[in-house]
Amino acid sequence: MSRYAALFARGEGVFGAFVMLGDPELAGSAAILDDLVAGGADMIEVGIPFSDPIADGPVIQAAAARALAAGVRPADCFALIRGFRDRHPEVPVGILTYANLVLARGRDRFYRAAREAGADSVLVADVPLHEAAPFVAAARAWGVAPVLIAAANTPVERLRRIARLGEGYVYCVARPGVTGADEEVRLDHGEMLAVLRAAGAPPPIFGFGISRPDHVRAALAAGAAGVICGSAIVERIARGEDVRDFVAAMKAATFAEPVPID
Amino acid sequence: MLMSGRFGAHGGAFVPEVLMPALDQLEAAFLAAQEDAGFQAELAALLADYAGRPTPLTLCRNLGPGRIYLKREDLLHGGAHKTNQVLGQALLAGRMGKRRLIAETGAGQHGVATAMAGALFGLPTRIYMGDRDVERQQLNVFRMRLIGAEVVPVAGGLKEAINEALRDWTASFEDTHYLLGTVAGPHPYPLMVREYQRVIGREARAQMLAAEGRLPDAAIACVGGGSNAIGLFADFIADEQVKLIGVEAAGKGLDGGEHGATLQRGRPGVLHGAETYVLQDADGQVSESWSVSAGLDYPAVGPEHAFLKDSGRAAYVGATDAEALVAFALLARAEGIVCAFESAHALAHALKIATEGAVLLVGLSGRGDKDMAQAQALL
Repeated sequence: MSRYAALFARGEGVFGAFVMLGDPELAGSAAILDDLVAGGADMIEVGIPFSDPIADGPVIQAAAARALAAGVRPADCFALIRGFRDRHPEVPVGILTYANLVLARGRDRFYRAAREAGADSVLVADVPLHEAAPFVAAARAWGVAPVLIAAANTPVERLRRIARLGEGYVYCVARPGVTGADEEVRLDHGEMLAVLRAAGAPPPIFGFGISRPDHVRAALAAGAAGVICGSAIVERIARGEDVRDFVAAMKAATFAEPVPID
Repeated sequence: MLMSGRFGAHGGAFVPEVLMPALDQLEAAFLAAQEDAGFQAELAALLADYAGRPTPLTLCRNLGPGRIYLKREDLLHGGAHKTNQVLGQALLAGRMGKRRLIAETGAGQHGVATAMAGALFGLPTRIYMGDRDVERQQLNVFRMRLIGAEVVPVAGGLKEAINEALRDWTASFEDTHYLLGTVAGPHPYPLMVREYQRVIGREARAQMLAAEGRLPDAAIACVGGGSNAIGLFADFIADEQVKLIGVEAAGKGLDGGEHGATLQRGRPGVLHGAETYVLQDADGQVSESWSVSAGLDYPAVGPEHAFLKDSGRAAYVGATDAEALVAFALLARAEGIVCAFESAHALAHALKIATEGAVLLVGLSGRGDKDMAQAQALL
């Protein structure tokens, strides 16, 4: 059973924590990954910093800029993942990055490096279904789950193909726009989730804008198998704060009685 | 999406999934408008009565050797070729029911053209512009604001301005059209912008036949993102005897890091939604480009140019900052025409290859008013 399958089989709401690898620098980044697990994160999503992150808002952009300014390279990121994998054999790790970094290394070599580092999945933010086929093929060849994105405005036929091609989980974009920590979350996903479920998609995880425990509860109540929180964690890292208490509060919300937001 | 958006191995649509429906809508609107006589008539009328087409083809009286013809997009309303395709996209935006325009700009010419369309059609317009370009193109910044656009400076240059426009559009596509300024970006932009710029070469080809009774030996245009070059080249691609030459910014020299010569020094990659040549390091981090001309200061290039390079149909060469400035000054003195720094790159190469008996066609993509302050400091 894959690490994702084992995680979802536990039957509780999943809390995924995103950080940018190498932010603020390599040693600090390794310690932060451990803090996320200590705080209760069920799965870890890690960014490999790219110079031109068009899907990211100011918080994640700044994290990538800090990592690049610290001289962090993709090879360093794979080494960080490998270290994490050795310390935490059971916790799923997914890579989030951009197409140019995959193509610069060579698609095949990139997915091989992900596999050898112990990563479970790769999501390429600027590869939509329209361009996904060769990325999915390379991922599968190396036993890495290709995670695809679905959005509330994605047409039904495309959702069905995303359901069939994607593995690990489906990254559901909770609203239009780039990444960021929102005050309010917009949840209008009933039809999308129904289509994905009927097409046999892997479990839906909600991302983009999830920044408070009530967002976690609302997303789970709306039918998500879990959430990914990024900007709200990265903001705390930027301020030099410990992230364990925040992660613990967010994870605790996955056990709370679901309360729909109206 | 009905088409792959590919030019050989290049092109495609590399954007977050959430933007795909906006590109679907744009592709459908563009393809429908191509078949719609009413749309084409409206665009043709705007090009003639608002923008001033056709633009002249001017034979240089004093520059040579040989016969050098200039396709005078500098005389188009707005001061550059950008207006051609902005009018097309603005009409499409109206047909799609969009109520707001956003755009990036480098030298400011695309921003000015978009601001003009915003004023003409009553659409609020926001222009993203790199802060280093805001600094060196002050006149165009003022011009955009005068015409009523909001100019938002972004740390960096044209690359960062496109990043920011894409982020805006990812959140605003429901009511906003992203009026991308060149043949780069995701499908359908490279195809659509080429079709709206094709008028440059269509006119020039007919004007050349009327003037010389023959086609030119070469058509030469500067290439940043590559829209004026594609516009000039498109109707000559089937004329195999006509050499197509794109002139990139060699900046301070092709062997240093300070240039914008993407096709000569870049590697295939993905930037701003398209698979194309990209100036980048070994890991795939995108490099900073450099050119004295803001409009050529871009580390990627339209995917059709990548295809024309790979297929060998077009050749891509460089002109340095210094060579462009010499050509800029020479054209002013010899012909009384002050062109944009960008266009001066194309002329610089034409002067390098001009021989007795040769007939050369140079795309003079824009006028140089915007560059006066910089020219005063540099010359």
